[in-house]
Amino acid sequence: MAIQVEHEIHTRRRGRNMGVGLLLLAFIGLVFGLTVVKVLQLGDLRSFETFDHVVRPQILPENMETPAPTPEVSN
Amino acid sequence: MSDMSLHETTPETAYESQMGDYFALLKPRVMSLVVFTALVGLLVAPVPVHPFIGFVAILCVAVGAGASGALNMWWDADIDARMRRTVKRPIPDGRVQLGEALGLGLTLSGFSVVLLGLATNWVATALLAFTIFFYAVVYSMWLKRATPQNIVIGGAAGAFPPMIGWAVATGGVSVESVLMFMLIFMWTPPHFWALALFVKTDYGDAGVPMLTETHGRRVTRNHVLAYCVPLVAVALGLGFTSIGGPIYLAVAVIFNAWFLKGCYDIWRRDEAQAEADKYKVEIKTFKVSLYYLFAHFGALLIEAALRATQIGGL
Repeated sequence: MAIQVEHEIHTRRRGRNMGVGLLLLAFIGLVFGLTVVKVLQLGDLRSFETFDHVVRPQILPENMETPAPTPEVSN
Repeated sequence: MSDMSLHETTPETAYESQMGDYFALLKPRVMSLVVFTALVGLLVAPVPVHPFIGFVAILCVAVGAGASGALNMWWDADIDARMRRTVKRPIPDGRVQLGEALGLGLTLSGFSVVLLGLATNWVATALLAFTIFFYAVVYSMWLKRATPQNIVIGGAAGAFPPMIGWAVATGGVSVESVLMFMLIFMWTPPHFWALALFVKTDYGDAGVPMLTETHGRRVTRNHVLAYCVPLVAVALGLGFTSIGGPIYLAVAVIFNAWFLKGCYDIWRRDEAQAEADKYKVEIKTFKVSLYYLFAHFGALLIEAALRATQIGGL
């Protein structure tokens, strides 16, 4: 069956549908903009990435060295 | 799905609500005053806000105000249908259904409060949530039909926006933001009652107690002056805080003298004199009240701009 506009409701509700579409796009823009601003406001990348359950040498402060691996204790 | 099912459920004769009908539920004229005062509250605060976050915050305040307007129209649909001024609103006019107004009001309330919380801080968010609750529940549901002081207490809802703007920037409440609140709070009664004196309303027919009808016009004239005197004190006091200054004080002195003179003239007259010149003084004082609020908040904005320029020049 061919896909086509088959009902007058599509023209009758065009204004509403366009309005809802524009509002949703605006909402996406808002959330995206807020995310960008909030992340940039962190300033230092480390404040965003530190807590990741894994030691990441590239985001440690410069004066802090990576801890040496603990030697295994053999019995 | 067949075409037939669509024809059956949506008869062509039924009115299709348009975006404009839903937008009218948000009381756009009230929203413009809310946006202006909230923006001033945000811009005069001593802490700079990122422009985009400031934009989102003002948008949230505007949407929150609109949401409370929609909830107000949902609750007051019965009396709106009985008053000439409100009979053409979307619900009594049949353009929007009751449930749609309730749904829109609740959804936008939640949206504005949550987004403001995520974008700014929880003090500003709590103030916005309380403002919506105050207007929709305390004013619309509890006070409006119960007491002729409804306009006084309900005016608090319109006074919160500059406090919210200030809280967005500073994360708190201070004497400056409380005085901005008080300025609008004390301004509302003389502004509204000056209007009520020269406009023939049908609030009484709709069961809404208004001071002019419950206590008479003499008492209303007394109230106009009684609220104007403390308003002058608040307006001048704001000039001596950190957001005031010589320009604000000059504007405040001129406009308070002008408005106080108008309120005094309203108080001095009786109905016979007012009817003789077709409420000339009342109409003039009402117009002055509109300039009054705009001038005060505009002057605060000028002071903030001057401070920013000085800081930039150092």
